[in-house]
Amino acid sequence: MRDNPVFKIVSKILFGPIIIYGLYVQFHGDYGPGGGFQAGVIVAAAFILYAMIFGLEEGRKLMPDWVVRLVMALGVVVYGGTGVASMMLGANYLDYTPFAYKIYKAQHLGIIIVELGVGLTVFAVMLALFNAFAGFKPNK
Amino acid sequence: MVEFWVNVFLVSLLVIITFNIMRNKRLIAIVALSGAYSLTAAAIFVNMDAVDVAFTEAAVGSGISTILFLAALRYLPVEEAHETRYPIWSLALCVIVGVLLIIAAFALPEFGDPNAPAHVHVAPRYIAESYPLFHIPNVVTNVLASYRGFDTLGETVVVFTAGIGVILLLSGSTLSMRLKDADTKSEENSDNASGDIVKNSGDDT
Repeated sequence: MRDNPVFKIVSKILFGPIIIYGLYVQFHGDYGPGGGFQAGVIVAAAFILYAMIFGLEEGRKLMPDWVVRLVMALGVVVYGGTGVASMMLGANYLDYTPFAYKIYKAQHLGIIIVELGVGLTVFAVMLALFNAFAGFKPNK
Repeated sequence: MVEFWVNVFLVSLLVIITFNIMRNKRLIAIVALSGAYSLTAAAIFVNMDAVDVAFTEAAVGSGISTILFLAALRYLPVEEAHETRYPIWSLALCVIVGVLLIIAAFALPEFGDPNAPAHVHVAPRYIAESYPLFHIPNVVTNVLASYRGFDTLGETVVVFTAGIGVILLLSGSTLSMRLKDADTKSEENSDNASGDIVKNSGDDT
């Protein structure tokens, strides 16, 4: 079943557009529905599709476990770091006001950075969950 | 009026799906029906103009969860264990809690009621102030990432913690698993782990 060329070719064709759509949802969240949570899940879905068609090992070559774990922590660091950055600039934790001169520009910037952090963590966690469940070897 | 009848249709669909989940014994069918349940719930959210929630429900509830359940199904038997005795106390508890929930639902404010407690506290301020101040049309994003930035940070940390927990429990990171892994390293290590999902779902239809 997995050697069926239809699955392989369709998944290869879909892989790029799914990621592009994920990025659209990620960075268009200010203007339409979406944001970091949904975008992370969508981008993870592209990698999960790849791993389902080509096998878990191939998927792990594409996105190694250490990268997944790093990105997982990186997202939280980006989010928390934004708060620390605003404290460094003299405002309260997670107050985006000092990031730019105009308040709406500062809010735009802050929201985009914070959503990126959410997206990174959600993407990596979803992929890690799939890898953990699909690659689990029960104790015999 | 149209919205009302669409809601009636969708909610009855939910009920039908629930009864099918209860009746069905095959786990793969139950997983598929749960995905359908989530998708119907997402449609209800769209009908209520909660597009962001619907998007999340569709992506997480019916997408990723279904895949994760299918991945976990590999370690379970095909059919649910047959229950021979009918526990009367569980039934009584379910009925009592269900009746209480239905009674409580009558005390809820009507759908779309502008005087509902949720709509008179901070929501008017968010709606009135966020666009002139932020120039961002999606008020959900404003609330989520700016007004309630702390909550979202907490949610992100929860997701992160869940991921760490699953990795620790399942990915062979515990000491006993690592020792066992070192013993059986020479034996078959790269089997077709995730391919089985596709195969299983194909065989069952």
